[in-house]
Amino acid sequence: MLYEITIDGKHYRLELARAEGRWSCRLDGHEVEVDAVLVRPDVLSLRFGNQVYEIKSERVGGAKGDNNDWQVWVGNARFVCELRDPRALRSRARAADDHGPRKLTAPMSGKVVRVLAREGDAVEAGTGVLVVEAMKMQNEIKSPKKGTIQKMLAAEGGAVNAGDVLAIVE
Amino acid sequence: MFKKILIANRGEIAVRVIRACHEMGIATVAVYSEVDRAALHVRKADEAYPIGAAAAAESYLNIGKILDVARQSGAEAIHPGYGFLSENARFAQACVDVGVKFIGPKVAAMNAMGSKTRARQAMERAGVPFVPGTSRGLESIEEAEEVAARIGYPVMLKAAAGGGGKGMRLVHTPDQLKSSLDAARSEAERSFGDGEVYIEKAILNPRHIEMQILADEHGNTLYLGERECSLQRRHQKVLEEAPSPIVDLDMRRRMGEVAVRVARAANYTNAGTVEFLVDQRKNFYFLEMNTRLQVEHPVTELVTGLDLVHLQIRIAAGEKLPLRQEDVQIRGHAMECRIYAEDPDNNYFPSPGKITLLLEPSGPGIRTDSGMYEGWTVPMDYDPLLAKLIGYGSDREQAIARLTRALDEYFVGGIKTNIALFRRILADPDFRAGKLDTGFLDRLLQQEPADHQQDDRKKDDPQREQVAAIAAGIFAMLGASADVVGERASGASPEKAVISSNWHSASRREALR
Repeated sequence: MLYEITIDGKHYRLELARAEGRWSCRLDGHEVEVDAVLVRPDVLSLRFGNQVYEIKSERVGGAKGDNNDWQVWVGNARFVCELRDPRALRSRARAADDHGPRKLTAPMSGKVVRVLAREGDAVEAGTGVLVVEAMKMQNEIKSPKKGTIQKMLAAEGGAVNAGDVLAIVE
Repeated sequence: MFKKILIANRGEIAVRVIRACHEMGIATVAVYSEVDRAALHVRKADEAYPIGAAAAAESYLNIGKILDVARQSGAEAIHPGYGFLSENARFAQACVDVGVKFIGPKVAAMNAMGSKTRARQAMERAGVPFVPGTSRGLESIEEAEEVAARIGYPVMLKAAAGGGGKGMRLVHTPDQLKSSLDAARSEAERSFGDGEVYIEKAILNPRHIEMQILADEHGNTLYLGERECSLQRRHQKVLEEAPSPIVDLDMRRRMGEVAVRVARAANYTNAGTVEFLVDQRKNFYFLEMNTRLQVEHPVTELVTGLDLVHLQIRIAAGEKLPLRQEDVQIRGHAMECRIYAEDPDNNYFPSPGKITLLLEPSGPGIRTDSGMYEGWTVPMDYDPLLAKLIGYGSDREQAIARLTRALDEYFVGGIKTNIALFRRILADPDFRAGKLDTGFLDRLLQQEPADHQQDDRKKDDPQREQVAAIAAGIFAMLGASADVVGERASGASPEKAVISSNWHSASRREALR
């Protein structure tokens, strides 16, 4: 298998093959000796040379299935991880751009306790748009840019999950 | 002794109390809200009863429903844990009215301590040292100005019914006094339904040290040593230890004797905690008394060898304290980290969600009091405390070393926690030197707002980044299939996977492409 992997913004090209329980591995063209045991789901014991590492795989928050939320922990150091199979590259079109509409998403699961702006309202970057409450804490969701509220999707009292789109600023 | 006890709480403390009951051969009754059917305390109890909707007011604070369950289940006593109804005198009275024993102090003692101003008046009569200020609510801004001028700025305004930092304002100069008083009053009114505010001299960079007491119903009152609770954020404790690095035998005896005097003045029974502010010259001042078991009680248990919940139950059952003051010996050092579901990258806001992976530490000197398990979804409706990690050592240094080691073993996946914050605290030179005050944590958090000291660890071993890359590829190839666990991951096809994951479905998509 050939993967293109990004670890904390740095790119790696990884070739992996497995036969009879042994791994062969080339990282950026260099052969490296690794030996891996999946000790339980999401936990890997990896020998790199003779060094042993315990690796945890975790997906956090965000919209479901979003690969940007994948984190790999080496011991207690956290790495943000993206992985592509180059054969599948064309299927992923990147939608991110700073112009045009921007979504305000819920940073955590909770309840919308206040809606501070209405559709059509003009907002500055940093203007509070909604207040979400979870576990006795209130969190003001601010507009990421100057513009107008194109859509308000949240209502006061409504329950939201982390990653839900609450409003769109155009 | 009781045969059956109802635990009117949830989370780690409910589990803690259930364990003590089972150790004593007492059956347990859990109560739970709509979102807590799968909570650990329900799993651990012998009986469990639903008591209403997620909102605490409709379930864990619902006195009528909880007493209905007590009657229905035949529970003879109720342990309230901490928070929720634990310091609610109306609840304690309602228990008396239906003939169920409330495991805690008597109603009159709770009433005496429930209001900070009333507690202060009672304690002044008992000769307890206080921070200079008023012991009654302020009548007017003129009175506030007069008192503030007399005791000297800076002053602190505090809500009489307060707690958790609500209704508190620090005032540096006379011109800020009026607006701060108005703000403190309206916040107190909103938070506690009582706008009474009093004034005290502000002690800058104080330590927060508290004394554990135990009193039986036969007139015996003991102190069990202090806990240092200076590490706080937003007036909430984050890390506690026993003994305090600055308290010696003589100071412990003096603080303990004051605490016993406080308890006696209120005819206090059962477990309680007397909180003190300590200034830089080690003068200590009475702050308040908490009429419940504290979150941080395990550090006292470890250094005294006593089980406070067992003793609470024995006292409530009418037994005499099984030891005298001279039998209480402090041995070794213990420290507790409060593991919260909160996001260090988002200003420590709560982070509820599903726990996808849980690796808990163990080994010498490590105790975990936890209310979570792998696969459980942390509800968004309650306090974000997940668990307490407590380390014990023969001295402070060893306790820190063990906790540091245990934190490296601890992993909570799927939600954000403050585990990394404790690595920072325990590695901090001032912390290691025992130089603590209530501003310590805010200063530490301001030092490096960007990332945690994880960056240092990455620098220590640059190979880790490559290891992460290789591991990512291996995870991708294996999927998260359960049937390869423990093997060298040979020949397992993703189609055989039992546990589904995004990686599993991703690899299936790849295979079908």
